[in-house]
Amino acid sequence: MITLSHFIVLGAILFCISVAGLFINRKNVIVLLMAIELMLLAVNINFVAFSRFNHDVAGQVFVFFILTVAAAESAIGLAILVLLFRNRSTVNVTEIDSMKG
Amino acid sequence: MIDPSVFQLVCFYAFAAITVIAALSVVTLRNSVQAVLALVLTFFSTACIWMLAEAEFLAIALIVVYVGAVMVLFLFVVMMLDIDQEKLREGFMKYLPVGLFVAIAMLVEMLGLIGVRAMHAQTMGENPATAAGMSNTAWLGQALYTQYLLPFEVAALILTVGVIAAVALTLRHRAGTRKQQASEQVSVRASDRVRVIKMAAERPVESQPAPVQESKP
Repeated sequence: MITLSHFIVLGAILFCISVAGLFINRKNVIVLLMAIELMLLAVNINFVAFSRFNHDVAGQVFVFFILTVAAAESAIGLAILVLLFRNRSTVNVTEIDSMKG
Repeated sequence: MIDPSVFQLVCFYAFAAITVIAALSVVTLRNSVQAVLALVLTFFSTACIWMLAEAEFLAIALIVVYVGAVMVLFLFVVMMLDIDQEKLREGFMKYLPVGLFVAIAMLVEMLGLIGVRAMHAQTMGENPATAAGMSNTAWLGQALYTQYLLPFEVAALILTVGVIAAVALTLRHRAGTRKQQASEQVSVRASDRVRVIKMAAERPVESQPAPVQESKP
């Protein structure tokens, strides 16, 4: 029998994998964007599970909105990435330091 | 005959294992194109898990919208850019222990915090959509178009802003390229293009001096 903890543990594992991915791929912007997508996916798994186990539609509606915002986010992120590569010929985060932040 | 709940559990473990392995390869693979394909596999097996949770509409939406549109966009960009993979891998081994430590510590804390044991008792129960006499899509749509109508419209607005922003960011006007301008073409008149000039029909040939004969040896 599948229980709520199955879904929650899977979401937690995915979230931690993406956090580790953010740490070990600090230079590649593309992999950083993909790790953020993974994080959103982990959150969505939790939302779907809670919606199903608590018999509430709000969780699935929220997943719908998260998918929408994530799609817009990745479209704009990739546009910025293309622009960056066109101007600087690199996607290396450590070389993008002209603002001295 | 295998028990349906046991079969469900076996399916869950299989899909969860594929999801975790694919997610691990997303963050560790050397080639960015392979990483994107691993991410596609992650989304796909997650959609299968959502099917097990009887969230059919979202599972299909995840495949159609996410795998079909967003991941293909990723794939286009990764393939279009000529990226030096080796240089981007510098520091991978250096940050690996830190990343692993943070991830494992976070995982342990999370599992401790959410109290896995307490939730283990909670079983799935009856599908709320079926209990209401609807399919999952109708159940979701009814809430979306009544209770959540305003957020739904705002989401559409966000997508429009995203489209405009993406186009505005990547549009460029290159100097030296010639483009067709329809308004100018339509409003052009013959007098702008053809100039009729008065001139004599023929012109007397000026007398030229005879060519000098080359002396032959």
